[in-house]
Amino acid sequence: MILLWLIAILILAGVLAAVAGRFNAAAPRVISLAALVLDLALCLGLWGRGLSSASRWSEELSWTWVPQLGIHFHLALDGLGLVLILLTMFLGIMAVLASWNGIQRSPGFFHFNVMWVLAGVTGVFLAVDLFLFYFFWELMLVPMYFLIAIWGYQRRIYAAVKFFLFTQISSLLMLIAMIVLVILHQRTAGFYSFDLQDLLATPLAPDMEMLLALGFLAAFAVKLPAFPFHTWLPDAHAEAPTAGSVILAGLLLKTGAFGMLRFVLPLFPHAVQRLAPLMMTLAVLGILYGAILAFAQNDLKRMVAYTSVSHMGFVLLGIFALNPIALQGVVVQMVSHGISTGALFVLAGALNERLHSRELRDMGGLWETMPMLSGVGLFFVMASAGMPGLGDFVGEFMVLLGTYQATPVLSALAALGMITGACYALRLAQKTFLGPNVHHSDFPDARWNERAIAVPMMVCLLWIGLYPQPLLNMIRPAIDNMPRQAVTARR
Amino acid sequence: MTASDLVALSPLILLSATALVVMLSIAIRRHHGASATLALLGLAASFASLRWAASVTPRQVTGLLLIDGYTLFYWGVLLALAAAVVLLAYSYLEHQTGHQEEFYCLMLLATAGGLVLVASSHMASLFLGFEILSVSLYALIAYLHLQRLPLEAGVKYLVLAATSSAFLLFGMALLYSETGSMQLATLARFYMGAPNAALGAAGWAGTVLMLTGIGFKLAVVPFHLWTPDVYQGAPLPTTALVATISKGSVFALLLRWFHPAGSLAGTPVWWAFVIMAAASMLAGNLLALRQNNVKRLLAYSSIAHMGYLMVAFVAAGPLAVQAATYYLLAYVITILGAFGIMSVLCSGEEECCELEDYRGLFWQRPVLAAMFSAMLLSLAGIPLTAGFLGKFYVMAAGASSALWLLLFVLVASSTIGLYYYLRVLVVLFSSLPEDHVKVMLPRGRVPAGAGFSLAVLVILLFVFGLYPAPLWDLIRGISAGIG
Repeated sequence: MILLWLIAILILAGVLAAVAGRFNAAAPRVISLAALVLDLALCLGLWGRGLSSASRWSEELSWTWVPQLGIHFHLALDGLGLVLILLTMFLGIMAVLASWNGIQRSPGFFHFNVMWVLAGVTGVFLAVDLFLFYFFWELMLVPMYFLIAIWGYQRRIYAAVKFFLFTQISSLLMLIAMIVLVILHQRTAGFYSFDLQDLLATPLAPDMEMLLALGFLAAFAVKLPAFPFHTWLPDAHAEAPTAGSVILAGLLLKTGAFGMLRFVLPLFPHAVQRLAPLMMTLAVLGILYGAILAFAQNDLKRMVAYTSVSHMGFVLLGIFALNPIALQGVVVQMVSHGISTGALFVLAGALNERLHSRELRDMGGLWETMPMLSGVGLFFVMASAGMPGLGDFVGEFMVLLGTYQATPVLSALAALGMITGACYALRLAQKTFLGPNVHHSDFPDARWNERAIAVPMMVCLLWIGLYPQPLLNMIRPAIDNMPRQAVTARR
Repeated sequence: MTASDLVALSPLILLSATALVVMLSIAIRRHHGASATLALLGLAASFASLRWAASVTPRQVTGLLLIDGYTLFYWGVLLALAAAVVLLAYSYLEHQTGHQEEFYCLMLLATAGGLVLVASSHMASLFLGFEILSVSLYALIAYLHLQRLPLEAGVKYLVLAATSSAFLLFGMALLYSETGSMQLATLARFYMGAPNAALGAAGWAGTVLMLTGIGFKLAVVPFHLWTPDVYQGAPLPTTALVATISKGSVFALLLRWFHPAGSLAGTPVWWAFVIMAAASMLAGNLLALRQNNVKRLLAYSSIAHMGYLMVAFVAAGPLAVQAATYYLLAYVITILGAFGIMSVLCSGEEECCELEDYRGLFWQRPVLAAMFSAMLLSLAGIPLTAGFLGKFYVMAAGASSALWLLLFVLVASSTIGLYYYLRVLVVLFSSLPEDHVKVMLPRGRVPAGAGFSLAVLVILLFVFGLYPAPLWDLIRGISAGIG
């Protein structure tokens, strides 16, 4: 039941915020924040209780939904899901805090959308019924569309429509693949079921398995995004309001990786092995291409967006390295990238609020008047560049280590990404915070909400960077529980 | 004719009687409210008698009408739709000059035509239903005959519909000369290539002509050309009627006709349907992209939706009838809701159906705009709404019959479709222009009847989108008899 509450609280808070927003501008913020804190507390409680070692799921809920087609409202929680819903609630709080002052227009509807997109993300991380998964997958989409299209920057309509269309066409392909899988299962087993556990046993001809895997991968590769399906990302990230960017970069991208881990790897183990060289090559291309483009950007938000392409390349690489160490690295990378990139977007939003510009040429020398914000910024820039001692380094290092066992060449090429990462990070730091204050900008330093965002995010990154063991302990059983043939076959 | 036959026909009889009563009441004294109330009462009585009729079904009433669970289900749907249209039309017609009362008489007749179509098992009843529906629609489309657009649309529809009726009739004659039967079930066996049942040239020509007539009513490509003009020109309640009752009843007929036994797959008729489905999906969605009038946009989108429906229709298999019925139900609820909201918003004599009229609607009328968004998202097939489950079932039906090509056309074209639904959504939620002078209906003045029917439609939209199990069971029950 607690799993249902996690989602229901967000959905109800969204409705409440929308209603309250008609009477009071501050109420939606408070309601959203309270709901997220409550959810975070529930998640921490789940963590504190410890994960069950006996069964695969430490928490489960299954109700019949559409019995005629074997669709169940089936939520289940394992270590992987727990890590990601913790991240969801954490970043959700940050997103609400980041938009505390910035959103003047219809705050009720704004927070309604934030809450519903978070509810969708939470549902995605918990669903183990394919139909339910798709349901939540699409549920994330509409509120995010509204967030970009209503509260975004100048080119928001273009960005929002592009985001929606890219996601929709790829998810319809996934939906067809799901339906075909279910029908094939029905032909052999004699009953309809959308349950992941039932479908795992479906015997598939190699070519059919490949087609279905490609159908699923289409949706996940667009969301991740894998090169060359990334073109929606810079637009969507750059044009979204701060909260939207944080949720997009921090959470929505992770749902793509999560989908691969939860569904593609276990359901299509043979196809995954055949696809691995291709996907890993795309991943390395994404790492380098994203980094090079990030280096060339003059718009702060677009720059951070392209770094996401690069970082998510590591995630894709790790997933298709198909061994436990890389997969653990993937999850660590997902968490730390969510935090560090989320923080960079908060920072970009904070600068935009003051400068009314996202152009690097309007910045420079900000340290002079905003030492605290700049110092914090430097911290997150370094984290994003993979500085040892901070979260991203651990994730990337483990991914590279795992990849090396699979294909040393690609691992070596991917390692170049850490150098290019340093390049764009240093350029970012130099052009914004350091150097002479040529524009004579004089702006107020970090406000209370910006401090409240920065401190926990820095603590988390340091914690993951210095002592990732608790995180790894949480992930490890979930990775071990993956079907054998999917993960260890390459060793 | 036995007493039980009359019982089985009671919904149809009551509905026709209501049309007469409304007409007579107009002759005695004109009163808008009274006519609408009478129409509603008649529809309610007819709906209530469905239960009574169900006690004697399934039953073949004379050679013409087959009353079974399937018929009664669609009768219920059509009657409920008609009631919703009455409620919406009442508030719409209040603002119009000229006589309002005959509208109800005509729309009851159109509904009766739809009822006959759904139940028909014989060419004669098919044609009767077809004509009762068409003739009422001529008048309904041109109902506001003092304005230019409705008149033009009415004439256009009259000419084209009369031509298509002629095609239909000639096709029937040819088929009869070849097969010697007017029973639809017998004809269907010919298409399925049953032994000793091969069609000659005249038979195929007749088939093509009949499909032309039916395709016209459904407005599938290539018989779709009338749709945008008629949708745009007709008064909004009539547009809603054309989009729901007219198309719904013809589709129900088609579904019953071609699914009594076995599958059409691979036959020439089947290929005709496949091509019409693919062409409708693509053409409808592509043509809708550049429309700036919401009625025209929804007209083109309706072409595409008929294409989606046809995917389920050609899929055959156990899922097909159920998927098609579910989709049809979801679609009529959605489109009726969309036109209903538009008719509530059009407060003056002028209809405001240009896309620009809706700019910033959300900031003026948040509830209505949210409802409209829900309808648009349902048309686009986004979860939480009935439209999504409809599309899901259609895809499931298509996949279980391995219609890969059609499914990919469906995916591609519904992504195209999403683009123009998003265009409307963007307009609804964009900021108001600086020199905004045009005032939509003042706040809080949605007429009670229209408001009620809109609320019911929105609730149904979400109920069918979230908890389809009971409806799915019902549909499975009624489709078991025919498929």
